[in-house]
Amino acid sequence: MKRRTLLKGFATAGAVTAMGGFSVGRVFADEKVKMGFIYVGPRDDYGYNQSHFEGKSAVAKMNWVKAVDEENVPENIEAVKSMESMINLDGAQVLFPTSFGYFDPHILKTASKYPNVMFLHCGGLWDAKKHPKNVGSYFGYIDEAVYLSGIVAGHTSKTGKLGFIAAMPIPQVLRNINNFTLAARSVNPKITTTVVFTGGWANPVKEAEAANSMVDQGIDVLTCHVDSPKVVMETAEKRGVFSCGYHTNQAVLAPIRFLTGAEWNWSKVYSDYADMIKAKRPIPNLVRGGFKEGLVKSSPYGAVVSEKARKHADDVRAKFVAGNMIIYRGPIKDNKGKEVIAAGKEVGQTDISLESMDWLVEGVVGSTKG
Amino acid sequence: MSAISVSATQDAWGPRLGAFTEACAIPVIALVIAFVLFGVFIAAQGHDPFDVYATIYRGAFGSWFSVQNSLLRAAPIMLTALCTALPARAGFVVIGAEGAVVLGGLAAALTGIALNGAMPLFVITVMLLVGMVVGGVWIGAVGALKHYRGVNETISSLLLNYIAIAILNFLVFGMLKDPATLNKPSTFPIGDDNMIGVIGESSIHWGFVLALILCVSYWFVSRRTPFGFSLDIVGGNVRAAQVCGLPVGRLLVIACFLGGAAAGLAGAIEVAAIHGRANISLNAGYGYAGILVAFLARQNPLAIIPVAFLLGGIRASSGVLQRAHDLPDATVLVLQGLVFVCILASEMFYGRWQWFPAKAAVP
Repeated sequence: MKRRTLLKGFATAGAVTAMGGFSVGRVFADEKVKMGFIYVGPRDDYGYNQSHFEGKSAVAKMNWVKAVDEENVPENIEAVKSMESMINLDGAQVLFPTSFGYFDPHILKTASKYPNVMFLHCGGLWDAKKHPKNVGSYFGYIDEAVYLSGIVAGHTSKTGKLGFIAAMPIPQVLRNINNFTLAARSVNPKITTTVVFTGGWANPVKEAEAANSMVDQGIDVLTCHVDSPKVVMETAEKRGVFSCGYHTNQAVLAPIRFLTGAEWNWSKVYSDYADMIKAKRPIPNLVRGGFKEGLVKSSPYGAVVSEKARKHADDVRAKFVAGNMIIYRGPIKDNKGKEVIAAGKEVGQTDISLESMDWLVEGVVGSTKG
Repeated sequence: MSAISVSATQDAWGPRLGAFTEACAIPVIALVIAFVLFGVFIAAQGHDPFDVYATIYRGAFGSWFSVQNSLLRAAPIMLTALCTALPARAGFVVIGAEGAVVLGGLAAALTGIALNGAMPLFVITVMLLVGMVVGGVWIGAVGALKHYRGVNETISSLLLNYIAIAILNFLVFGMLKDPATLNKPSTFPIGDDNMIGVIGESSIHWGFVLALILCVSYWFVSRRTPFGFSLDIVGGNVRAAQVCGLPVGRLLVIACFLGGAAAGLAGAIEVAAIHGRANISLNAGYGYAGILVAFLARQNPLAIIPVAFLLGGIRASSGVLQRAHDLPDATVLVLQGLVFVCILASEMFYGRWQWFPAKAAVP
């Protein structure tokens, strides 16, 4: 299993937060900034790994950066060896092992062995109390962009049935499903989202089966949270239903019926880090943010998206950017009828309680048991 | 091969040396051919093949760091290869090492958690033993299903892999989940005290030594004991073995058990030396890599050691290849595939030439 995510263990005031800070030692004015990237899957997966590869490609273009990368590195001793090899053979000063499962124990162990190298992990797990100073985390509130996808899906769906193909019932995934559903139901309260868990981050056969069976049930907008959305997007297009992307821009896979999608904006994150190292500024141990900080973005709207939907989504994005959009506003019930957020209670984006979410909101057809 | 080991006359050195030379020369020639074909492929991709060879050597064996890297990658594959190699002596094609790794690891983690607080050496020993027994029973069941119910062992062992992974997922997502592992569900940790350490100043853990020991002892069992000889007879002709009065069913189940125990140990070592807890990272494909190694080693437990080292080296060089030449990770898969095909194709050359014609060597 792979994966990233938000996480437990530390509450921060969202946004870009610096705690402590760490300066990378071995930088000289005329030397290149050396960065190493490690992905758990292929660079061209149209998904999670590609989003990081695009980020790496953006920094690699700068002539004062030397960026190296490795793909298909499993979450075991091989990840440790890849990190060490980048340090020893390429002189990497900062490493970005991007898969969630690299963190504990592989990054933590390697970091204590190489105190002069900075290890930045995608997932937001760093804890000042427990973890070394040369480790850090970065993560984006991509659920904000998923919320916008939900609005567009709500406006576009004719049957009022949406489909969400998800890897596993873990908090980060549940939050995306709930955001998507809440957003669609803010357009039309009768809308339902059917969810199917495939049980794995890269399970193309099950993803295709789930997509086909959803279309057979009358669902007319599909989205997903798996490593590579390629199969879901292509199946949706082939079967004549709409789709919302995830991780990167998948418009090319579904040229006619692609609506929009939630994307990471790692180019910005990685360029910021490169600037910090070049300027010898301390690197914050924790970087998080959403639309406001520019860590996530939405794919450009497809041609089929109506003016009304565009306007609605743009308005909500403006509220996210202004920092006054609250998604979880009580009363909110889960899909078993139990009240999970009381009336009058507002749970903001950075609230830690959202990071251990274990329920599906009213309107979701499916169970967290998978 | 076996005909040679039986002939123990004084003049047997000639044919013996011949057999040894043959067993070494044919795979080496096949390897050379595979690398030449790979070079053509690389040249077709617009890269200098000699540069790429040099990089592979640098990444796999060129420095002490690279050698350790290759050895660490070889350790689990040596064990999973035994899972295919030992039953293969009895004519079984077992491809269920992946499932045995997963369950062996899970069982080891549970043992470690249950015994937490006891003397570390004791905990580690019991963890490894439990991992072996669980892996052994898992693959032993494949042998039993085949012998008593006639279920094809290749299909059943393959399908059992998926069941094993499903069991692991079910347990780590459910009753065995450490609540702190929200987004990567795992069992509770076994504790730092109960981890297997590394050898001296190196980064190689003691699990590698266990893998070596197991390869050598399985070689001894399969080549130097009546049990191993009986397995060869079963593999050669089951009917004949039954006529001889060999307990075919028991032999098969024991061979499968021993194979599964090796794979279970691989899983236990992964938990005790690398992860410190059990989760889906155990399902890393070592079981499948082991099948490749076992066939390349022609099911000889001793030959598994260098072959696993070679494969570990090829895998280890992938990173440097990607970084130095901008080649995709799939490049090493092409190389692996070519090596596999060439070595398998070379099988037909065994026995074609007499390498050291001995005066007294009568057929």
